[in-house]
Amino acid sequence: MKPAAFSYVKPATLGEALGLLSKHSGDAQILAGGQSLVPTLNMRLSAPDLLVDINGLDELSGVKLEGNHIRIGALTRHVDIENSSVIAEHCPLIALAMPHIAHPAIRNRGTFGGSIALADPAAELPACICALEAKIEVVGKGGERKIAAKDFFKNLFDTDLKDGEIVTAVEVPVVTPKTKLAFDELSRRHGDYAMAGLAVTAKMDDKKIENINICFFAISATPVLAEGAAKILNNGIMNDGSLKKAIEQLESDLDPLPDLYASSALKMHYAKELLKRNLGNWIS
Amino acid sequence: MSKLVQVTTSVNGENVSRGVEPRTNLVDFVRYDLELTGSHVGCEHGVCGACTIRLNGNIVRGCLVLAVQADGGTVETIEGLSESGKISDLQDSFLSRNAGQCGSCTPGMLLTADALLEENKKPTRTEIREYISGNYCRCTGYEAIVDAIETTSKKRQGEG
Repeated sequence: MKPAAFSYVKPATLGEALGLLSKHSGDAQILAGGQSLVPTLNMRLSAPDLLVDINGLDELSGVKLEGNHIRIGALTRHVDIENSSVIAEHCPLIALAMPHIAHPAIRNRGTFGGSIALADPAAELPACICALEAKIEVVGKGGERKIAAKDFFKNLFDTDLKDGEIVTAVEVPVVTPKTKLAFDELSRRHGDYAMAGLAVTAKMDDKKIENINICFFAISATPVLAEGAAKILNNGIMNDGSLKKAIEQLESDLDPLPDLYASSALKMHYAKELLKRNLGNWIS
Repeated sequence: MSKLVQVTTSVNGENVSRGVEPRTNLVDFVRYDLELTGSHVGCEHGVCGACTIRLNGNIVRGCLVLAVQADGGTVETIEGLSESGKISDLQDSFLSRNAGQCGSCTPGMLLTADALLEENKKPTRTEIREYISGNYCRCTGYEAIVDAIETTSKKRQGEG
């Protein structure tokens, strides 16, 4: 299908973009990479009066190392993150996730901030930034604010973003020599939407696990942190017994929503299998 | 109909300037406004890859980029790539391996394979499969396409 007619404007500054969003509140949508928005326009699931194309706002692009965190501009395209030596060295979890995000032609356009602002339950990056305890920077008419990733994702495609606000960047802590990471997902074909996925960060100090974040995606309406399982593994040396307990704990931590491809029970099976496969090799 | 927006862009090395509706996507622009019908339209929601086009040097989904977004940029379609001779060896391999069949996915496959071989001169069969995983073919079962891309890569390395 073809989109319904809309008007198009490409602001040159962030201030201009915010002004347009405020003036056309409710009728305007932001066009960033467009890899999720344009399909909904084509299928007429969405029919805004105005598209505000933010691709001219160069200040929203780029990956910068700033002390103990990396600042990823919202408009940075997936392909540039995939090829970034800063990301590879200082935030390998995101580097591990990148090849799983759709296909090369889509990664050439899709943006980091777009994936965060859309909050697709099957998306990799929202789960990664929750596991990383990243902060999301947003700006609106009322000024700037920072939101912890775990407080940002509210429901299916629903975030803490207020009308007229734009995600400008994500601040991600850098890894240390003690950081342990894992990323994995199960999908029908490479690049397809995940049926279940997992992003894990932890600190391992002399085999003792601390601050473990076990975040699942494509399981619930939002990325979900398995807090009970984390509690079992934290402050101890992981062994077959504790990992088994953590896996069993997922029955209480998760309440999988079925989708077209997998029932709730199957998703629970996938979640357990992902945890087993990915943390099993941490046991030395 | 919303107001037309003037788009000036280089298409296969030729400067074009047209008034387009903002809702016109890039693949419809090249097919209907410029009559370059080599880029195909399949699913229109970014799944099938038939509409693959190069924009500013990178392959994109022609159905997920608006024509207005190509303003000031460079566009390359299968026509340009074909006429330049850059992918003639790839096209020969597709022909000799029978990787075309109905031909619906072929332009998109060729653009994607060309982008892969630019990035990775000696891809493994698994890497080829991963790279073309966003391009659907309903005829070949992919084996012939993977063969054709692998053959081209080997020939370019002087191993063919």
